[in-house]
Amino acid sequence: MLDIRKDLFANERDDNLNVIGKGIQRQDMPGHVTGRSRFFDDHAFEGLLHLKVVRSPHHHARIRSIDISAAERAPGVKRILRGADVPVNKNTLLSLINFGKDDEPSLAVDKVRYKGEPVVAIIAESEAAAMAARKLVRIDYETLPAVFDVEDALKPGAPVVNETYPHNYFEYHEKFDHQKLRFGDTEKAFRTADLVIEERYQTSPIEHAPTETNGSIAAPEQNYRFVVHSCAQGLFFSLGTAAKILDLDSNRLHFIGGTVGGGFGGKVDTLTEPLAILGAMLTGRPVRYVLDREEEMLYGSPRGAERIYVKDGLMRDGRIIARHIRSYFDAGAYTRLSSYAAVKCTAHVPGPYWIPNVSSDIYVAYTNRCPSTAMRGFGITAVDFALEVQMDKLAHAVNMDPVDFRILNAYRDGDMKAHRRVAKNTALIECLQVAAEKAHWPISESAKRQSSLEGGGEGERGLIPATPIDQRGQIGRPETRSAPPTQTLPAGTMRIPLTKQPEPEGTRDRRPAAPNVPRYEPARPMAQPAVQAPAPLAPLPPAASPPQHAAAPPAQPSPAAPPQHGAMRFSSVFGTRRR
Amino acid sequence: MARHRGRGMAAVNYPIGMNLGGDPSQALIHSNPDGKFTVALSAIDLGQGMKQVTRQVAAETLGVPIEDVYVDTADSDTGPHDMGSFASRGTHRMGNAVIAAAREARGVLLEAAAEELEVNAADLVTDGRGNIHVRGAPSRSITVRATAQAAQFKQGKTIAGRGIFLIPLSAVDPETGEMNPNTAFAHACLVADVEVDDETGEVTLLGMTSAYELGRALNPKMVEQQLVGGAWMGQSHVLFETPEPYYPNPDHGPRDFNEYLMPGPGDIAPYSVSVLERPAPDGPFGGKGPGEMCANPVLPAVANAVFNAVGVRVDELPITPEKVLRGIRANGGARQQTRRGG
Amino acid sequence: MAKIPVQFRLNGSDRAAFIDGADNLLTTLRRGLNEFAPKYGCGQGTCGTCTVLIDGEPQLACLTLAVACEGRHVETASGMADGPNLHPLQIAFMDHFAAQCGFCTPGMLMSARALLDRNPSPSREDVIEAIAGNICRCTGYEPIISAILAAAGARGQIRA
Repeated sequence: MLDIRKDLFANERDDNLNVIGKGIQRQDMPGHVTGRSRFFDDHAFEGLLHLKVVRSPHHHARIRSIDISAAERAPGVKRILRGADVPVNKNTLLSLINFGKDDEPSLAVDKVRYKGEPVVAIIAESEAAAMAARKLVRIDYETLPAVFDVEDALKPGAPVVNETYPHNYFEYHEKFDHQKLRFGDTEKAFRTADLVIEERYQTSPIEHAPTETNGSIAAPEQNYRFVVHSCAQGLFFSLGTAAKILDLDSNRLHFIGGTVGGGFGGKVDTLTEPLAILGAMLTGRPVRYVLDREEEMLYGSPRGAERIYVKDGLMRDGRIIARHIRSYFDAGAYTRLSSYAAVKCTAHVPGPYWIPNVSSDIYVAYTNRCPSTAMRGFGITAVDFALEVQMDKLAHAVNMDPVDFRILNAYRDGDMKAHRRVAKNTALIECLQVAAEKAHWPISESAKRQSSLEGGGEGERGLIPATPIDQRGQIGRPETRSAPPTQTLPAGTMRIPLTKQPEPEGTRDRRPAAPNVPRYEPARPMAQPAVQAPAPLAPLPPAASPPQHAAAPPAQPSPAAPPQHGAMRFSSVFGTRRR
Repeated sequence: MARHRGRGMAAVNYPIGMNLGGDPSQALIHSNPDGKFTVALSAIDLGQGMKQVTRQVAAETLGVPIEDVYVDTADSDTGPHDMGSFASRGTHRMGNAVIAAAREARGVLLEAAAEELEVNAADLVTDGRGNIHVRGAPSRSITVRATAQAAQFKQGKTIAGRGIFLIPLSAVDPETGEMNPNTAFAHACLVADVEVDDETGEVTLLGMTSAYELGRALNPKMVEQQLVGGAWMGQSHVLFETPEPYYPNPDHGPRDFNEYLMPGPGDIAPYSVSVLERPAPDGPFGGKGPGEMCANPVLPAVANAVFNAVGVRVDELPITPEKVLRGIRANGGARQQTRRGG
Repeated sequence: MAKIPVQFRLNGSDRAAFIDGADNLLTTLRRGLNEFAPKYGCGQGTCGTCTVLIDGEPQLACLTLAVACEGRHVETASGMADGPNLHPLQIAFMDHFAAQCGFCTPGMLMSARALLDRNPSPSREDVIEAIAGNICRCTGYEPIISAILAAAGARGQIRA
């Protein structure tokens, strides 16, 4: 099923390693096959209470009143939580990295913005008791008009989903209603292209659907602290989020996790920990809050839908000379992580190709549906779908083989990318060549000769072009969406400093860095320690030389060296070939 | 009333780690008196194998056998900060943090051994089997175990290390989108073969072939796990899954696995992968991370294959039988496109 | 509401629990008896992570009333090994890297064991049918199928 092509890029690698590159058995596999691996819910607690939330049945509604009196008297109910019980009842996940404004309550107070939004939390002696008591909570809603389409949500006059962002879009740089990318002059290039092809793509939400649903158990520990068994994908991220929402010093929380039954991005949002911990704080007992499958499927955040418009300028010889992308992330009712995805998507545009003129406008729009979040390929998956179907259409339009077409336009080492950084360590061409060969997909002789290491960065390919920029789409001013460009940045303009290389700590502290350990280092030569009498000491070889190319051996001839430990050149991945 | 075969392909790259950086990972390594090592992390194993990857990285850098290293994660009281397991960052960021910590621990290990052997630490090497010896003179050696005991009970040294790996956060230009997005990118190309039934609209995946460039396959068995599992998820994404079948109409949402469809064991197709390794200059032993990109190229490759088979473009996911049939009907029938080898 | 007692054999040992009459076997195992191998994946009988054997038959613990297990023999993945010796299926799952997150694995092993106990030489189709009710989100199923077929091949040798 899998083979490794050691022949490619061989001169950039030293494969003389000890355990790296080997298919060694996983540390956790024995636990998995014996049922001993402990997931968050696999912990016993005396006096465990169960928390279930009452959720809005409406997509968009004002809350007029909440009556929990009947529920409070229901059998087994210990405590009921409302928005007023949550110390900081408004948060946004990325506030931990200072990105965005707090916009989401843990329990809704005056308004619900999506069907399924939690309003009241019931803590009872059993799940069944909590679910029975749920039905006794009386909430009086006044329904409001809802909006479900991203482009409708951005039109003036659309229902306001999330008052923190009153125009239904995330606000970028306190300036614009979207994130921009501008590289060269796409408008001018479209006018000179032989063909202009514009297409629309749409992905629907999908579920992470891990076999383990979201959940956590929080319990008082013996030291005024709370232990939290969590399925979080970011342990400190969830700890920090809970500490902020509950106004607790972070060191009063003890998060335990690390073994998760599938995440795929759906266990970053810290959906259950804050209320479980709050329940433990207020009852003094362990509290378990786990989404059932229906909740996980309907109300656990999905991958957000994306609508993507791709417009390309194409020459008859197959070169793409301009690409413009306009796309919309459907964030649902609250920001969560969508704001980050639009920027990541911007960094990914126009795909792994060298295109001399590129621009994009990427929006995050709020709608009255369950807030979306990260999922495997966040910011990338949907736009790759759009781009690669578009590439297929372009190849078809100029009657070129799809693989040849990709190789013609592929980026190479030294090419300038649309966010003004030089491409390096590229390998798209080689992947195309290897896959085509393996699949018996015939490609041209010219395509077979191309290389990521050649031809990149030459002439125009290595330069930052002059670029018209604009002030379109200013926050709160939809009439600016079609304004003309305001100035042209000269060729070569860079305004963002390059990233500094991380510095190994040893050098900063001025303590000596560990000796003889470069970035990746061949395993040391291991002739087996001889069993016979020790050989007379030979002069040591000069320390600088790579050990596996040994200096001239000492006086006596050495026996044929046993296979060097780790010094294996692989033609097969495993000890035995598997079919 | 026929089944039509088609092939499609897609080529992608993938950024490794959180966009813009600013996502640190830390590791702590310490040893017990016998020279067995514990790597303390708060990294999360979602199934992708974080525990084993970091274990191998630590053992390689320390120069000790794999059995002498265990990874302990995740406990916020004992593991230092890690940003989390997402954005394909684990191997790259945490791997580098573990290397930094292991380097420091290895440095102390060799200093302690040098003191016992009365040589220069710079002249010592590890054999990966639990021994430390003078380069070129293997008989002048000491076990890691004896070294650890000497360090702790005689010399008063801690054979321990700490490490952090952080790519500093980048700014983003509001008008041009200029930014430092990431330092490493992986690559892939995938070919999908399908069969489309022009009477039912059903698309059957017949097989996939791909090439993935991942920097370095730190554990090839685990790379295989990711690539095969990810391709299945890609198949599921493009042909099966949606909680909003008529998005943006929010109705008809599924509530259980009877209504939310994914391919079962009878729906899977043969998948053959070649792995290429072009080491990332800043990756741990050059490693990048395949965890997310393993699904991505399947989506457009299958969509392109459907077009190749019956001449229908479905530009909205998922590609359901209903959408395929509507397309065939609009075209006045199935229209097979040029066959591309196979 | 008063609790009622239920007694049954679990992985070869006599166990008892006090339960609510409507409790299912999964809740009783996990919360009543601290037996955590069977998992809660859906509670609706559609994912298979709670698969156990009851008198040798594969059953979904989330859909089985605890009281219906009175006097019967319930087996989970925790009891598959014979002391320190892993069952051939467990060894095969390890050898074939047939688990990633491990959450579906206990239920998957039970379905596989039920298959091999009644059909020692299954075809690939037999294996697929036996595990069709066990959802795995990580592996793509191929390594699981390979592991079960390999264990079937190996069992013949071990038994002989």
